[in-house]
Amino acid sequence: MNWINSVVRPKIRSFLNKRESPENLWVKCPQSGEMVFYRDLEANQWVVPNSGFHMKIKARDRMKAFLDNGEYTEHEVPDVAHDPLKFRATKKYADQLRDYRAKTDMKDCVLLASGKLIGRDVTVGVQDFDFGGGSLGMAAGATIVKGLEMAVKNKTPFILFTASGGARMQEGMLSLMQMPRTTVAVQRLREAGLPYIVVFTDPTTGGVTASYAMLGDVHIAEPNALIGFAGQRVIEQTIRESLPKGFQRSEYLLEHGMIDMVVHRHNLRSTIGKLVGMFMKSPLNDMELAAPKKKTVRDAIVEAEGAGDDADNAPAENSEDVAPPPVAHAE
Amino acid sequence: MQSYLEFEKPVADLQGKVQELKSLAQSGEAVEIEDEVKRLQDKADEALHEIYGRLTPWQKTQIARHPLRPHFVDYIKNLITDFVPLAGDRKFSEDAAVQTGFGRFDGQPVAIIGQEKGSNTESRLKHNFGSARPEGYRKAVRVMDMADRFDIPVLFFVDTAGAYPGVGAEERGQAEAIARSTEMCLEIGVPSLAIVIGEGGSGGAIAIATANKVVMLEHSIYTVASPEAAASILWRDAAKAQEAANNMKITAQDLKEFGIIDQIIPEPAGGAHRHAPEIMQSTHKVIEDFLAEFEGKGRLEVREHRREKFLAMGSNLT
Repeated sequence: MNWINSVVRPKIRSFLNKRESPENLWVKCPQSGEMVFYRDLEANQWVVPNSGFHMKIKARDRMKAFLDNGEYTEHEVPDVAHDPLKFRATKKYADQLRDYRAKTDMKDCVLLASGKLIGRDVTVGVQDFDFGGGSLGMAAGATIVKGLEMAVKNKTPFILFTASGGARMQEGMLSLMQMPRTTVAVQRLREAGLPYIVVFTDPTTGGVTASYAMLGDVHIAEPNALIGFAGQRVIEQTIRESLPKGFQRSEYLLEHGMIDMVVHRHNLRSTIGKLVGMFMKSPLNDMELAAPKKKTVRDAIVEAEGAGDDADNAPAENSEDVAPPPVAHAE
Repeated sequence: MQSYLEFEKPVADLQGKVQELKSLAQSGEAVEIEDEVKRLQDKADEALHEIYGRLTPWQKTQIARHPLRPHFVDYIKNLITDFVPLAGDRKFSEDAAVQTGFGRFDGQPVAIIGQEKGSNTESRLKHNFGSARPEGYRKAVRVMDMADRFDIPVLFFVDTAGAYPGVGAEERGQAEAIARSTEMCLEIGVPSLAIVIGEGGSGGAIAIATANKVVMLEHSIYTVASPEAAASILWRDAAKAQEAANNMKITAQDLKEFGIIDQIIPEPAGGAHRHAPEIMQSTHKVIEDFLAEFEGKGRLEVREHRREKFLAMGSNLT
C-alpha cells in the first residue's frame, strides 16, 4: 500500500475526508478480475466499465443516481422495539446493530425517500446489503410499511430496490411477521390504484423474496443478481448434487417467468420512468419530450436486456439520462 | 409400545421397572407386588409431570417433531365429517405436502388447508415430510379463493419444517408462491383460524398461518427458521441448533407474550402424542369458539380485523 499512498495521496485526500476511507483504492472486478480505480467505479454507479459487472452500491449513492438531479428527501426509520429477544449469538445483537449503524450511517437497512423520477413524484425504498445483510427485521419492515403508506397518502408510485439475505434471525418470529405486515401495505397500495415496482439487486433471498419483493406489479432485476428463496448451500445439501449453471440468477428468473426484465443499472431511470409515466396516466413531460426520439423496437429490446455501454461511463447528466444510452452491441 | 425421548429417560426407567414387575407377577415368581407397582407407577407419572412442567425450547422442538404426535390426518379424522379432499394447483402438479379440501365441522361447512408430514416411510415420501413445493401453496391459494367465493371459513393446520429447498421448487417460483399465499390469506373476506399443531417453520408456515386467529399447541414451535438453519446462519454451525432453539423464542408461551399468537391449546403432561383424545377435544373447543366469534361478521370487517392485527404486531413491545 505504501507506493500507492505516496503516488496518489494528494488526489485521494479530498474524498478520504468526505467519506469513510475505502480499504483499497483499486477494486478488483469479481467477474473479470480487472483492477478498477475506486473513483471510476463511483462515477459509473458501481458498474465495472469493461465487464459490466454490477457491484453493490450504497443506499444513498443509489438514491442519488436514481432520482432527478440526485435530489431526494430522506424519511426517518420508525422507532421499533429494540432487541426484544435480548439476543446473543457469537455477539450481542445490540452490539451488532451498533456496528452496522457505524458502518453504514443508516439506522437500519432500508433507506426511504421521496423525490422525482423524470419529473414525477415517486416514493423510493432502497435496501442496503451492507447493513446486516439487508436482513428484514422490525425496523426494515416498519420502514417499508411506512413507505407504502406514504405512497398511498401522496398518491405516488412506490419503487423498491431489494437486497437481503432474508429474515433477521436475531429478532426471531418478530422478523417473520414482517412478511404479512409488508404484504398488507402492498395490498393497500394496490387498492389505491398505485403502481409498485420492484428492482431486485444482488442478492435478494429468503423471506424478503417470499413476501414484498415478489408482489410487485413489475419485477425488474439488475444483471446477474442472485434471487431466490432457499440458499444455494441448503439446496445443495438437500439434493446432494451441484446446481445448474446460472441457477437463481436474474437471467434464469427471467427465463422462468418470475421477472419481467433484466435491466442495466444505467437504464433503470429511463425504464422505470417510462412505466411510472404510463401507469400514472401522466402526459409526456418536458424532460421526456426533450430527449432524443426515434428509437427502434430493437433498440428498446437491447436496452431492456441491459447492454451496458462504455460511452456511459461518465455520470450521466439528467437530460441525457432520460434517453437510452447509445447502444454499442447492436449489430 | 411407547417410545421415549432422551430427556424422558427417568420415566422410561421407572416404566421399565413397572413392566418388569408385572411380567414377574404373571410368571408367578412374585406375589405381593400390587403396592410396589402402584408406587413405581405414581413415581413415573410424577417424573413425567415434572419433566413436562419445565421443558426447554429444545425439548419442545423434539416433542413438536415426535413421529407419533397427531398429524393433519388425525385432526381431519377426529374433527371433520364429509371431508372431500381437493388436489392440484391447476398449473403444474399436485403436492401432497399440503392437503386441502372441504368438510363439515359440527355440521358447518369449512375449508381445510394443512400440511401433512406422513407417519411411515411410504407416506413421508408421499408427503415430502411436510415440506411443500410451490404447487402446494398455489393449491392453497386456489382453495382459499373458493372458500372466499362460497363464503366458507378456513381452517389451517400448520406442521412443516419449512418449504422445500430444491432446484425445481426454485425454478417454479417457491418465493412467489409463498408470497401469493400469504397475500391471499390477507385478502379473503371469510374468517380464518390457523393452528400450529407441530412445527411452524418459517415462510413455509406463514404462507398458511396468516389468519384472523392463530393458536398453537402448547409444545409446538413456531420459528423464523428451523433451529438447525438458524444455527448455521448465526453460528455457522448446525450443531448449535439447541442453543438457537433456546434463544430464539419459539415456544407458544413466548409467542403469546409477544402477541404473535392468540391462544395456546394445553397439552397434558406427556405431550399430545400420549393424549390424542384430549387434544382433539380441546381443539374442537377452539374451532367452535372461533366460528362463534366471527359468526355474522361482515366480509370487510373480517378482512380488516386480520390486516390490522398483523400491522399492529410488535407495536406493543419496547
